[in-house]
Amino acid sequence: MTRRRDAVVSHALLVLASLVALYPFLSILMLALNEPGRRLSGFALPENPSLGNFTNAWERGGFSDALVSSLIITGTVVVVAVLLSVLAGYALGVLDLPLAKVVVGVFLLGLVMPYEATVIPIYHQMKDWGLLGTYPAVILPQIAFSVALGTVWMRGYFGSIPATLREAGMIDGAGRMQVLRHILLPVAAPAVGVLATLLFLYTWNEFLLGLVLLSDNPEARTTPVALSFFAGNRRESDPGTTAAAAVLVALPVLIAYIVAQRKFVQGLLAGAVKE
Amino acid sequence: MTSTATPRAGRDHAPGPRAPAPAPARRRRRDWWGYLYVLPALAVYVAFALRPIGETAYTSLFEWDGLTLATWVGFDNYTELFESGVLQSTLGHSLVFLVFYALLPTAVGLVIAGLMTRIRIRGLALFRSVLFIPQILSSVVIAVAWRWIYDLGGPLNAVLDAVGLGALTRAWLGDFDTALVSVGLIGTWVQFGLCMMLFLAGAQRIPRELYESARIDGAGAIREFFVVTVPGLRTELRIALVLTSIFALRNFDIVWNTTAGGPGTSTTVPSVYVYEGAFLTREVGDAAAVAVVLTLFILVVVGAVMAGLRDRDAAR
Repeated sequence: MTRRRDAVVSHALLVLASLVALYPFLSILMLALNEPGRRLSGFALPENPSLGNFTNAWERGGFSDALVSSLIITGTVVVVAVLLSVLAGYALGVLDLPLAKVVVGVFLLGLVMPYEATVIPIYHQMKDWGLLGTYPAVILPQIAFSVALGTVWMRGYFGSIPATLREAGMIDGAGRMQVLRHILLPVAAPAVGVLATLLFLYTWNEFLLGLVLLSDNPEARTTPVALSFFAGNRRESDPGTTAAAAVLVALPVLIAYIVAQRKFVQGLLAGAVKE
Repeated sequence: MTSTATPRAGRDHAPGPRAPAPAPARRRRRDWWGYLYVLPALAVYVAFALRPIGETAYTSLFEWDGLTLATWVGFDNYTELFESGVLQSTLGHSLVFLVFYALLPTAVGLVIAGLMTRIRIRGLALFRSVLFIPQILSSVVIAVAWRWIYDLGGPLNAVLDAVGLGALTRAWLGDFDTALVSVGLIGTWVQFGLCMMLFLAGAQRIPRELYESARIDGAGAIREFFVVTVPGLRTELRIALVLTSIFALRNFDIVWNTTAGGPGTSTTVPSVYVYEGAFLTREVGDAAAVAVVLTLFILVVVGAVMAGLRDRDAAR
């Protein structure tokens, strides 16, 4: 009896929690679907659903440029950071390197360091190099932070693979690179996938570096930065268009999430604190 | 036969202590070569993460507008920030956010997970996917959504009007009395699903026998929660608190895109001060000093959480 009541109460709680989690996004979706320029308030559902706000936002906010920038930046960061992390994680986790513990400790520090602590010198460095407003200005520091997480992550994973597996390869006369490529990497593919997903999410949503380093050049702005400028410019936009812009910016990540849910969930649950 | 066998055995034995001796020496020399694999990652990390942190600390010892020559002032930036009350006020706001972004979602997640230890959950995967949505959205999108919810004509005020509490309606993010708490609750919303799912997943691993023996000892639901569930979730608690605390203390994106630190300085946190000082008001030395304090503060909080919730069997 109580067991049944427990079950009902628990599921009701889960449904309630899910509604709370969904509501803010649904509220801007409803807002965005209204006809452009309509005075809006409270909970009003769109009477004549229209995509007018979306086309307005798309045209005025420069979101096509932003989407291209985000894709280039995120793609580069994820590919390069995963590659470097696999190499470093393999060496630190599997090869018997001297001082490996110290080096891993140095990488661990990067997991708790905020971008706020590095952004001032990075800005002046990029200015000196003439890179402000260009992709490398944000790509380089984002790779730097991503390899900290990635190296710790891959080292943990490679270290957990039974030594017998790679020793079998060594006996066959395979070199270190061959052991990594042909024996360990196929086994580690799921872990690499989770890492790539997590880095995609962090890089795509990063805001401070983009704001500081890309603001000068509207064409290079990432989607969060473009949205921040668009939403902050109150004269140019009404709530409906701003909401539509936010939905547009959220869409690529939501689609990726629906496609690769399991990887996202695993990544977020394992979190940045593998150690 | 025996005569050939004996020398062989002798030979097997004799090099025994000697043979491994050159091997490690050779291997150790070769092992430094293994660092070639680490070098690319380490180089980027040092150049664009570690070295800038050092430079920030060095910059904090200067008076600098970011353009002209800097003047060495030692620790004056720190003492001035302390005497003017900027440090206390920004860190105070961070502490409030620590409650809303870290403690509150952890508590909510823990209680809900605790309620669910006695039953089987149907559709857990679906709930999990939905509850994670706040984690994957860009913080700027989250800020835009909540600005609408808190708007003068937004859903929150509409609800208050509808239930006869119209007197309470206001622009929640623009009011000195409510801005800080309103921004705080956004953080609670972002983090509660993650905490809940971490604890639910962890609770599934607590051995059933522990609950049974607690029940045999006559423990009620509340006692059971504190004696079995909470200690069983030590690792998950640590993960949740570390992740949410770092998020709470950094917290530039959401504050900047909802209130930008205002009204007045009522929601200014260290990261907002760093951005404004370094790029708007041009007090770069001050901004760097706040960045250093923020970094140390994060290290202390994370260190405290790790030490307080260390695994009992720390054999790892």
